[in-house]
Amino acid sequence: MSAAGDILDASGCTKRFGGLLACDNVDFTVPPRAIVSLIGPNGAGKTTFFNMLTGLYKPTAGRVLFEGSDITGRAPHLVTRAGIARTFQNIKLFNTMTALENVQVGMHSRLRARISGSILRTPFQRREERESRRKARELLDFVGLSQQDDLAMSLSYGDQRRLEIARALASQPRLLLLDEPTAGMNPQESEELRALMETMRTERGISVLLIEHDMKVVMGVSDRVTVLDHGEKIAEGTPQEVRSDPRVIEAYLGSQA
Amino acid sequence: MSEPRGMRKRVWIVGLLALALAYPRLLPALLGDLTGNDLLDASINTLAFVVMALGLNIVVGFAGLLDLGYVAFFAIGAFVMGWLGSGHFYDANFHLLVSEVSERVPGIHVNFVLIVLVAAAFTAVWGAILGAPTLRLRGDYLAIVTLAFGEIVPRVFENSTSGLFGIGSVDFSNGRQGITPIDKPYFPGLDEISRLDLEPFYYIALAMVLVTLFVNVRLRDSRIGRAWIAVREDQVAAAAMGVDLVRTKLWAYALGAALGGFAGAFFGTYKNTVNVDQFEFGFSVFILCMVILGGMGNIWGVILGAVALSMMDRFVLRALNGVPETLGLDFDLTAINFGIFGFFLVVMMVLRPEGFIPSRRRKLELHHGELVHDEPLAGVRL
Repeated sequence: MSAAGDILDASGCTKRFGGLLACDNVDFTVPPRAIVSLIGPNGAGKTTFFNMLTGLYKPTAGRVLFEGSDITGRAPHLVTRAGIARTFQNIKLFNTMTALENVQVGMHSRLRARISGSILRTPFQRREERESRRKARELLDFVGLSQQDDLAMSLSYGDQRRLEIARALASQPRLLLLDEPTAGMNPQESEELRALMETMRTERGISVLLIEHDMKVVMGVSDRVTVLDHGEKIAEGTPQEVRSDPRVIEAYLGSQA
Repeated sequence: MSEPRGMRKRVWIVGLLALALAYPRLLPALLGDLTGNDLLDASINTLAFVVMALGLNIVVGFAGLLDLGYVAFFAIGAFVMGWLGSGHFYDANFHLLVSEVSERVPGIHVNFVLIVLVAAAFTAVWGAILGAPTLRLRGDYLAIVTLAFGEIVPRVFENSTSGLFGIGSVDFSNGRQGITPIDKPYFPGLDEISRLDLEPFYYIALAMVLVTLFVNVRLRDSRIGRAWIAVREDQVAAAAMGVDLVRTKLWAYALGAALGGFAGAFFGTYKNTVNVDQFEFGFSVFILCMVILGGMGNIWGVILGAVALSMMDRFVLRALNGVPETLGLDFDLTAINFGIFGFFLVVMMVLRPEGFIPSRRRKLELHHGELVHDEPLAGVRL
């Protein structure tokens, strides 16, 4: 089912932890400039799948192609360099750095300054640093974070989520993986985030892969929804199709028998 | 950075520098020759300790990698000094930019400045080599492995009197006797230095501190400096943000080690001997205490920690030496030297765990809970 133009093409992805099959033979594709969602009950293997894509886990079996090149089992920083960025379900910011510095770390793989250049503070290094600060502020404005020089740990929950997205965007990804970005957000913040995802797609041409529990967000924003349960893909299609799929209803609510 | 603050900072720096430069001239004038010289000798040691503490601060303070074997790099740097600046390899006859006196002595004699640079580069390589096996380790395991390296390296030197691991027959260390004497620093165009005159050594050590300080400050405020802190805070997130963990950690080990070797080479020439007895576990702890006491991750704090501990080691314990006797006890205070240090460290950790001058970051980590309640203005919106 994978079309030739897909930006991400994962096939047969399997992850086994001892006796537990966390992800079982999952095929998954992301078309360019698409927003696709991955949903499923708790423990369905959604985050495990994310971790396989981003190199935190090495798949037990399967293959991941990103823009045509094989990134299966590549180290996380190389996956990021290739153009996939992510956020984390339980926010993982660098707490004692400012929001701005957090975003600058996100740019790490796009900055070229070497150790010698940093010590001698070459014109190139100065320019790059200045440029990175400017771009970081731009990104923070883009996600709507005004307290840019505050420490990450002192930001509100919603702002921390926003900062994580800005930090991920700093690596100039073509594919952004968001792991439950609206968790802990109020309805208004969720709505802002939904709008932000649309902007990322239209203005920056970024594809978004979303793990989300807030069905309003999922149904409102997704081009396609994939449902995982017990590590297996049980349904895939447009939000409407998935919503009425009996297997999905069973997975979430249990069978009626 | 606002203008007045930048100005004030500059005034401070110029003032401190002027004081540091005038220091060896002021001492004899204020304290008389004998005490003055004693304090100057202590100060030279202190400056070398500052270099080492700043080096270890890169590993422990910035990158958050515990290193209990830092003495290994002191040893390697000192031995490079011994090899390239003494008559130890008496069969060889190699002289490069050295004084006329050294010219006439057999052995390898290279100019002090070159040796120090070679020592730094050589220890940097060893820092990376010894760091490599520890990359996957954290916490206690990292501590144990680095501790082991700190023990292994001096023992290897001690036993390499007939080839390395029995390969070859070159004597690398002269066993327990060590290598002595070591060439004095020499600068072409300047007069030969006398060992009785401490002033030149002081200025050399001061120059080394300034170079180290310069390097540290610039690294801290750079791409690699941010990467170190990111790795310290959250390895998984750092990797996911494109930070190469292996590279970043190895650079921390290499640069930290380089400064250890840098100072080690200086110690070699200053003490006029390179001797395995100098490289004890206690030394690693001593330097680590300077870093912790001063404030991990804070460059100025670490300098203060180094000065405080080094001077305490030298003078406070000596001043207290009569105390056991007046209490009717019969033991030598120097024997419980480390016990006293340990006591001060415990007191410090209870009263002020972030060190004398904490890094802004470290303070936040330790007082996170308090911060939220005490400072509602810190941007907390609850």
